[in-house]
Amino acid sequence: MSRILSTLLAAASLLAAGSAAADSTLLNVSYDPTRELYQDFNAAFAKHWKAKTGETVTIKQSHGGAGKQARAVIDGLEADVVTLALAYDIDAIASKAKLLPADWQKRLPHNASPYTSTIVFLVRKGNPKGIKDWADLVKPGVAVITPNPKTSGGARWNYLAAWGYALRQPGGSDAKAKDFVAKLFANVPVLDSGARGSTTTFVERGLGDVLLAWENEAYLAVKELGPDKFEIVTPPLSILAEPPVSVVDKVVDKRGTRKLAEAYLQYLYTPEGQEIAARHYYRPIDKAIGAKYAKQFAGAKLFTIDEVFGGWQKAQKAHFEDGGVFDQIYQAK
Amino acid sequence: MAATVSLHVPSVGIAVRSAATTEPAWVRRTLIGLALAFLTLFLFVPLATVFYEALKKGVDVYLNALIEPDALSAIKLTLIAAGIAVPANLVFGVAAAWAIAKFEFRGKSLLITLIDLPCAGSPVIAGLIYVLIFGAQGWCGPWLQAHDVKIVFAVPGIVLATIFVTFPFVARELIPLMQAQGSDEEEAAIVLGASGWQTLWRVTLPNVKWGLLYGVILCNARAMGEFGAVSVVSGHIRGMTNTLPLHVEILYNEYAFAAAFAVASILALLALVTLAAKTFVEWHYGHERQAAKQESSA
Repeated sequence: MSRILSTLLAAASLLAAGSAAADSTLLNVSYDPTRELYQDFNAAFAKHWKAKTGETVTIKQSHGGAGKQARAVIDGLEADVVTLALAYDIDAIASKAKLLPADWQKRLPHNASPYTSTIVFLVRKGNPKGIKDWADLVKPGVAVITPNPKTSGGARWNYLAAWGYALRQPGGSDAKAKDFVAKLFANVPVLDSGARGSTTTFVERGLGDVLLAWENEAYLAVKELGPDKFEIVTPPLSILAEPPVSVVDKVVDKRGTRKLAEAYLQYLYTPEGQEIAARHYYRPIDKAIGAKYAKQFAGAKLFTIDEVFGGWQKAQKAHFEDGGVFDQIYQAK
Repeated sequence: MAATVSLHVPSVGIAVRSAATTEPAWVRRTLIGLALAFLTLFLFVPLATVFYEALKKGVDVYLNALIEPDALSAIKLTLIAAGIAVPANLVFGVAAAWAIAKFEFRGKSLLITLIDLPCAGSPVIAGLIYVLIFGAQGWCGPWLQAHDVKIVFAVPGIVLATIFVTFPFVARELIPLMQAQGSDEEEAAIVLGASGWQTLWRVTLPNVKWGLLYGVILCNARAMGEFGAVSVVSGHIRGMTNTLPLHVEILYNEYAFAAAFAVASILALLALVTLAAKTFVEWHYGHERQAAKQESSA
């Protein structure tokens, strides 16, 4: 019994201690691969804010598959800012929970995307299967690792990049693209729910010949887990991924954190913020910083989702809704 | 009453069994060897791996992983969740077992079924239920938001989910024991003029104290180790709503393997302590059960 009592007492004292610290805090709900980026960025912003206003700010992070994270915000996770993998997920928060206006993407420069990325291939050292371009992924005997487009933002970019590639081949059509993507997914042995899960599957568990990944995620994996084990292949044609950011209006107005949250996102666009993004292998939109880091980003030709698919709303409806093209090809398998 | 319950007392008849064994020695040895190999492969090796991986990069890395603020906050939250869930289920478990074992009433089998419900369903569903009820889009969501009460994606949700999944442990342990003991002693106490409370404190509880402790230990182990249900209601905010098991997952996903195993080793240590406590209690508990058995058969 005394053990229970002491546990209770400990719990009570911890509770009391927890509620005492009430400084200004922000919650940034983000997607999977930004963990390291925001760890650095939050520290830099806290320093900047302290110097500018004298206030101490603590930024809390939550990470997961972008679709899952958007769902949590809709269900009441009180995010001051969302920094997700694609615009559609923030659109869902706007349309399903009405936490921010529908035109949120117009409020910050560059489609509210302070950094961009693209989809590349991570292969095992020496590239034993000779993977150079998208066409190599559908060859028999090539095992491709990608997360599930239903839950992962990165996976949706992967899917759309493959589709866009097939569409832009000589004689390309929707039917041919569908066929190509179906063949590609027939080569996928495991669908993880988030980008980080897929990276772990490929890198740690050693499954698959090629991982379709965010450029930044691929570089990070190589850096963290061994440049002697993996190589990055940037295909000549890929998609321009724009992971957007936004303040969640209802939450910041309720918590009185609007000024802080807006300053936080704007700081992403400053040279300091851009430099941090570039250091974490996100493509900066600032020209000067971009030039400085130019050699770490291979010069692939990038198409946008607006050019090929007419925006996220259309792409989502046609491809990823229940009964959409992805369901058709994945079930047909 | 007691006759309707079958009790599984393990120690009866060991002497008889050895005489009745006719298998040759090599069969017995092979079976024992197989069992041991299986245990080694699936229990001891993973357990040793946890500690090996945790300490691989040195004691400094190990300790730093444990005193890092997010880890401390995860430990704190796990203690809070268990600190609330275990006493809550202790009170509920005793009350339910007492009602079920000592009284006859309508809907008794329904109550027993309900107690088992958390064991029958997947923990993920348990978590989802709370999101559907208390989430912003759920039944109580708008009211809760209007009154600024946070349940899911905050500490109360984690506590609720923990209580739900650990619900059956205490009650399930006590019901068979109390049923075997019957209500003779309670009846005697009442006849001698004891009040209901006095009967509970002086007769019923002392009779089941080891069984109760056993249930509490199991309940605590599950409360601290729960992943699925808690993951759904957590929101994964670092330093705020991550419990130990969730923190392990985060560290692992961030390529901080040594740190992940360091935190996992706390959970493994907890398991070992639980095991030791369980063995100790079982030893006493066996006596309690046997006493109940002898009494009921006498």
